[in-house]
Amino acid sequence: MASNAAAMVDKTPALVCEDIHKSFGNIEVLKGVSLTAHEGDVISMLGSSGSGKSTFLRCINLLETPNSGKVIVGGELINMKATKSGEPVPVDNKQIERIRSKLSMVFQGFNLWSHMTTLENIIEAPIHVLGLSKAEAIERANEMMEKVGIYERKDYYPAHMSGGQQQRVAIARALAMNPSVMLFDEPTSALDPELVGEVLKVIRDLAEEGRTMIVVTHEMGFAREVSNQTLFLHKGHILEQGNPQEIFANPQSERFKQFIAGNLK
Amino acid sequence: MDLQIIWDELPLYFDGLLLTIQLVPLSLLIGFVIAVPLAVMRLSKNPFVNYPVFAFTYAFRGTPLIVQLFILYYGVGTLDGYSELTKEFNFLKGAYFFALLGFTLNTAAYTAEIFRGAMAQTSFGEVEAAKACGMSQFLIFRRIIIPSALRRALPAYSNEVIFMLHGSALASTITLVDLTGAARIVQSRYYAPYEAFITAAVFYFVLTFLFIWLFRLVENHYNRHLKRREETIQVVT
Repeated sequence: MASNAAAMVDKTPALVCEDIHKSFGNIEVLKGVSLTAHEGDVISMLGSSGSGKSTFLRCINLLETPNSGKVIVGGELINMKATKSGEPVPVDNKQIERIRSKLSMVFQGFNLWSHMTTLENIIEAPIHVLGLSKAEAIERANEMMEKVGIYERKDYYPAHMSGGQQQRVAIARALAMNPSVMLFDEPTSALDPELVGEVLKVIRDLAEEGRTMIVVTHEMGFAREVSNQTLFLHKGHILEQGNPQEIFANPQSERFKQFIAGNLK
Repeated sequence: MDLQIIWDELPLYFDGLLLTIQLVPLSLLIGFVIAVPLAVMRLSKNPFVNYPVFAFTYAFRGTPLIVQLFILYYGVGTLDGYSELTKEFNFLKGAYFFALLGFTLNTAAYTAEIFRGAMAQTSFGEVEAAKACGMSQFLIFRRIIIPSALRRALPAYSNEVIFMLHGSALASTITLVDLTGAARIVQSRYYAPYEAFITAAVFYFVLTFLFIWLFRLVENHYNRHLKRREETIQVVT
């Protein structure tokens, strides 16, 4: 992974976030968070509830609009402007839609489209957003369903599958967009403990393939073993950042020490 | 019960049936087509889009259908300006047109509110997932919100369809000879209220049964995803 990252050094980073600020009303949730993801990076984001990690992830694909800061995807800056009342809004919705199609997201609650089968969920956006033909989309979907081990469930509706199966479908749906960066928002937090493993295994496989991923998670073991960079967020700031082996072995902040101690049982 | 009367007047009932099964499906169809965009407009945060539709549905749901029919037929239909305006278009003049117009607007108002409710229930997460894939607002409505809401709305909508069928009996109050109109003619000819109206009732009953059966088929097909797994038969697509 290290040599891979070195080879990419002079290439445009897949994703750059600079000094992201976000407030909800009077509460400032993000107080200047920055991140750079090169191709093949797997970045894990840790932090307790309310630390702002999910909000930050949602600012990357503009599901939340940051109050200030820059998001640059594959060298392309997302253009923002201020409304009359000073609220930031995207200049061009078409640009947002195009950029979102390159940043697939996997949600904590799966968010599969309930009226569509597994296959229909996976081919939906490739056909209607990317403009693939139905045959191409199905071919791609078959490949992704095999990869996440859900092919036998291709004609099932979401309500008829377990949480782990649904989350794997959601990952296949995200993969079928052929994204440059994948965003995972606590992908295992809504799962029964015995289903966590099957989803983590899929994400681990993707990491080994060299997918660029940003994973918000509570799974410390996953962060330590799979990611090549770990961020620890606390009260809207990045408190620790670096190679997970190093920062877990030698935490700089009192807060992160407590966090590790509380989570590693 | 004098069955001879019923037998003799059957052709009149079938003429009435023909009118009923023209008026009802036609007004339901046009009403449905109008109701979907109205429901979307009702969800808009822009008051200039939302309020006019709200006013429309409020007016048509807040007054009896028969009052609406009378206002249209005896009111609008007899305005000097109206006959002047429509002198080239004869079909815009008769009772048939005003019945169709009244039924269509009425069912559109109710249906729009049924669909609005169903659309507002769409899981926020599903909409967010659609956004996160890069879908435009229009595409999200077309592919996610509307298809999922129409499916959820089927049971409530089937009620509206049955109400509309029974409401269509009011066509007989503006001179049309639908099923009820036929029954009223028979009643006035023979002073035989049971023969006249029970015959009409049987026709309505059979029509209602057909609608219910049709909706059950449609629901079984489109709402498999809302059922428990044991109850569904896997269909390979």
